[in-house]
Amino acid sequence: MALNVKPTRMELSNLKKRLKVAVRGHKLMKDKRDEMVRRFISYARLNYKLRQEVEAKMSESMQSFVLARAMMSNAEIEEALAFPAMPASIKTSESHILNFPVPKLELVETENKGYPYGFATTSSDLDTAVREFSELLPLLIQLAEVEKICSRLADEIEKTRRRVNALEYVMIPQFEEAIKSITMKLEENERGNLTRIMKTKEMINDK
Amino acid sequence: MSEKNGTNQIPDIAIIGDRDSILIAKAVGIGVYPETDGVKASKLIHELAKGGCKVIFITEQVYPLCADAVSKYKTEAYPSIIPIPSGGKSTGASMAQVVENVEKAIGQNILF
Repeated sequence: MALNVKPTRMELSNLKKRLKVAVRGHKLMKDKRDEMVRRFISYARLNYKLRQEVEAKMSESMQSFVLARAMMSNAEIEEALAFPAMPASIKTSESHILNFPVPKLELVETENKGYPYGFATTSSDLDTAVREFSELLPLLIQLAEVEKICSRLADEIEKTRRRVNALEYVMIPQFEEAIKSITMKLEENERGNLTRIMKTKEMINDK
Repeated sequence: MSEKNGTNQIPDIAIIGDRDSILIAKAVGIGVYPETDGVKASKLIHELAKGGCKVIFITEQVYPLCADAVSKYKTEAYPSIIPIPSGGKSTGASMAQVVENVEKAIGQNILF
C-alpha cells in the first residue's frame, strides 16, 4: 500500500471524500487541458502565418533600405535617422484564456505619420523602406502578442498536463488502493468477529 | 548608442541587433540599440525589462547569444522578446521557436 493509513472507518470515509475530490478535479483539469490545447492550436497557426508574413515583408523593407544605403552616403543616412520620430508607444492590457492571464498589446496610433527627415538629401528608397517598415509595425506588435500568448499557453498546458497525469496515474490509484485495502481489512475484522461469536456460542451450548 | 536614445528614457518598443539592419526602425519611433555582443545584449535586455519596455525585437544573430536572458522573461507577461530576421534573411531560428512551443504543448509537431 503506497498510502500509509490506519484501517479505520474514519480513515475510510476521509479517503472516499478525497477520492471524490480528486476524480472531480481530474475531470475539470482534463477539460481545461483539452480546451487550452484547442485554443493553443489556433494561436499557433496564427503565429506561424504571422511569422511568415512578417519575414516576407521585413525582407522587402530591408531590401529597400539596402538600396537606400547604396544611393546615399553613410553620413547622410545617419543624419536622416539621427533624430528619432515620435516614440511609438504601446497600450497594454490583460485578457484571459480560461482564467489564465495573457498580455494584450495595442499599438497607439501616432498622429505624426510623416518622415522624420527632410527630403533634400535623402533618396526615395529610404522613404519606401521607412514606409514599408511603418506598415510592418502593427504586424510586428501583433506577432509579439501572439508569440507571447503561445509560449505562455504552452507552459501552462505543460503544467496542466502534469497535474492531470499526476491525478490520473498517481493520486487516484493510490486512493483506490488504500480504500480497497481498508475495506478488506475491515471485512476481515468483521469475519474474525463473527467466527469468534459463533465459536463462543458453540462453547456455551456445549456446556 | 543608448546615449542617443537617452538612458533614462526606456521606449515601449526596442530593437537590438547589428546596426545596419535595425537603424531603419528608428524612423518609426522604435528604440534602437545596436549591440552584437551576447553578454552586453543580455545586460541590455535586463535593463530594458526593468525599465518597463513592453516589446523587444532581437535579430536572429544576437538572439541565440542571449538565450539566458530571453528564457528568464519567457514566462513573464512583459517584455515580449521576439526574434526577427536580420538583413532581410531569415535563418529559420525564429520559426524553430514556434515549432518548439507546439512540441512543448502538444508533445509532437503535428501542425506544420
